[in-house]
Amino acid sequence: MKLVVAIVRPEKAAEVLEALFRADVQGLTISRVQGHGGETEKVETYRGTTVKMELQEKVRFDIGVSDHFVEPTVQVVLAAARTGEVGDGKVFVLPVEKIYRIRTGEEDRAAVTPVQVVAAGRA
Amino acid sequence: MASTVSSPDVAWMLVATALVLLMTPALAFFYGGLVRSKNALNTMMMSVCALGFVGVAWAVLGYSLAFAPGSSFVGGLSRAMLSGVGLEAQGTIPQLLFMAYQGTFAIITAALVSGAVVERMRFGPYLAFVTLWSLLVYAPVAHWVWGGGFLAKLGALDFAGGTVVHVNAAVAALVAAVVIGKRKDYARQAILPHNVPFTLLGAGLLWFGWFGFNAGSALGANSLAALAFANTMLAPAGTLVAWTLLDLGRTGKVTAVGAATAIVVGLVAITPAAGFVGPMAALALGIVAAFPSYFALLYRARTRLDDSLDVVAAHGLGGSVGALLTGVLASKAWNGTADGLLFGNPAQLAIQALGLVSAIAYSGVMSYLLLKAIALAAALKIDRQHEGLGMDVSQHGEEAYADHDGAILILETSAQTPAPVGALATEGGRS
Repeated sequence: MKLVVAIVRPEKAAEVLEALFRADVQGLTISRVQGHGGETEKVETYRGTTVKMELQEKVRFDIGVSDHFVEPTVQVVLAAARTGEVGDGKVFVLPVEKIYRIRTGEEDRAAVTPVQVVAAGRA
Repeated sequence: MASTVSSPDVAWMLVATALVLLMTPALAFFYGGLVRSKNALNTMMMSVCALGFVGVAWAVLGYSLAFAPGSSFVGGLSRAMLSGVGLEAQGTIPQLLFMAYQGTFAIITAALVSGAVVERMRFGPYLAFVTLWSLLVYAPVAHWVWGGGFLAKLGALDFAGGTVVHVNAAVAALVAAVVIGKRKDYARQAILPHNVPFTLLGAGLLWFGWFGFNAGSALGANSLAALAFANTMLAPAGTLVAWTLLDLGRTGKVTAVGAATAIVVGLVAITPAAGFVGPMAALALGIVAAFPSYFALLYRARTRLDDSLDVVAAHGLGGSVGALLTGVLASKAWNGTADGLLFGNPAQLAIQALGLVSAIAYSGVMSYLLLKAIALAAALKIDRQHEGLGMDVSQHGEEAYADHDGAILILETSAQTPAPVGALATEGGRS
């Protein structure tokens, strides 16, 4: 089991989400975050006060997946979030010690395998 | 023509002028609420800057092209730079006040066009476009109807500008949306309003200002103004009720964005008719006007035409319905000027249609040529990368809702003193 953490551009977030759903990755959490990478600075002016914005808006995806889903998930994010410009973000893959599904108490792989209710017909 | 200034008329027209001027910031809120948060300032600035650029153009040349004696197509240059525009009576108010009142119309008309190009048109070319458009398109069309041009001579009825303002702006908006092209996310991602309360605030302030727009078009504190005022209250009420019921019937829910839109559609529709029809006719006109705009909005969203804030559906259709129904519902018993189809004068409907077609054709062709001419000098549309980043940061260097974490003050002296430079480098994580 791994935790895939992806930091992407806000304007790419919808595309990433769509691509993940298409790849059957259905369990994820997103949050709005701010961070700094190597992107060119943004200068803003408010009534004579000029400031350099060191932190950029990003969207963070936290995706818990079973091992055979790690590679497809990462590839989908890489493809959907890329613009080719500095500031596209990062993907981190972290080891996970334990996963529990709160509703059922299921653990680990069972906890990150989607319940086959809606997607009953899918292979 | 009366040539004495009447104090009550001056008092009312001073207020009416201020009311119409307020409509442009109101439009900024109406439009600003409908776009995504990263484009909120840019969208609002499109209206706000029209106050300056179109206002100046109006004083320099626009007023003369619209209202100075000239041909039946366009006014002359005799009142350029406001020469000869003083405190002498024009009707019963000083000509200077008349100029200011009409100037507020030029400003709001140009600002209306922005709704079709938000979230992607570069700001410089936008300013050039609305400024020149107010001179080359708005001023001549205003001259046709109100400045003694050919539509005035034919007897076309356009009380406060259904054709001159709303259809004219909507056609320019349609052309601009086509020439500039759609937003990169249009029909690919959900693009949702970021602040619906702003839109409701804008609709409310527009209605308030519209009393000056319609009742002020009587150009005096008289019973005609009272008729236009009452009609401006009743028609949007009718549209709002019809729209609400359509919403309820179609989805079971009454939407706030729908209500704000309905108010504007009703106001647009009553604009040409305000001083020509009776109150119950105004109510009926408002109710009827809801239908074409309602269904055009639903249809447009499924097409490739990115008229982003539906200027065509709201102002184009609303204005057209209003202009034509003025030819049907006008009543001499109320206005003392002309009857419409219902009162035995079918010719009026034909004149109204001719006015509409002339404005559509002229505005369409001229707006197209103007945009193409500006495109020779500068790109009209932002590049994809900056469109993604948002127009607020890329065009204005400001954000509407930033919390400004990580903002580092740039001091004028930072080039000479080593300390701030060092601090910047450390905080930025660079060596």
